[in-house]
Amino acid sequence: MNMIPIQHYLLVGAALFSIGLAIAITKRHFIGILLGIELMLNAVNINLVAFSRHDPEKLSGQLFSLFVIVVAAAEVTVALGIILRVYGRFRTVDPDEVSELKK
Amino acid sequence: MEAAAFYGFSVLSIAAAFFILFSRNLIYAAFALFLTFLGVAALYVLAGADFLGVAQIMIYVGGILVLLIFGIMLTHKPDKRDNATAHNKIEIPTKREIWGFLLGTGFFVFLGRIIFLSDFKMAGNSNNSKSTIKTIGVELMTSHLLPFEIAGILLLVALVGAAYLALNRNPAS
Repeated sequence: MNMIPIQHYLLVGAALFSIGLAIAITKRHFIGILLGIELMLNAVNINLVAFSRHDPEKLSGQLFSLFVIVVAAAEVTVALGIILRVYGRFRTVDPDEVSELKK
Repeated sequence: MEAAAFYGFSVLSIAAAFFILFSRNLIYAAFALFLTFLGVAALYVLAGADFLGVAQIMIYVGGILVLLIFGIMLTHKPDKRDNATAHNKIEIPTKREIWGFLLGTGFFVFLGRIIFLSDFKMAGNSNNSKSTIKTIGVELMTSHLLPFEIAGILLLVALVGAAYLALNRNPAS
């Protein structure tokens, strides 16, 4: 069984992380920014899982990425609640236009 | 065979990620994120993490992506013009495109340089032929019990907070 070298996993993770960073910067929409953040979390998980392949006794990397998935789920629910409240008050989804705490 | 599957799913997820980056329509971007998550789940399985692959599909595709699409639809400004391609558009100024391109490529070059310069010495033997579910379960209940409980409390707090935030409080009253 030929093993894929770990550098290839790391390169895929790096590419996905960079694309997620570019998405989070360029999108002028709250949910677009959330899409980029989710992509970055997935890219980090690829690295953790790829290194965990060489640790079959304890699987620390896979456990860490399991907790990352849990935190991502909690984050996206709270973020969507906040986005819906902001949209209800300001009637916009552009982060540049939401620049005051009280209206 | 394994290499072909690995490179195929890598290309699938990276191409879908580029589609999200260049797409102007947020609904299309969310469905491309679906493809990216599926590709990443396949990469997990190819790296020997079968439980994580299934968890990725169930949590991300079944939970987070549905929530994101709900969010897109609820914050959608109704466009009275009867043009199907005009919905969910986001305009991107050129300055932001330039900054995003510069930061993204710069960070990728930086990470790639680190990856190629580093010299990994893999100590453990990589026996990924057996299922990881038993190991994950034993580790979660013995040496990772405190993070496990904290994750449970975090989920409860997030549930209560999201339900409180999403209550329909009418600001006019």
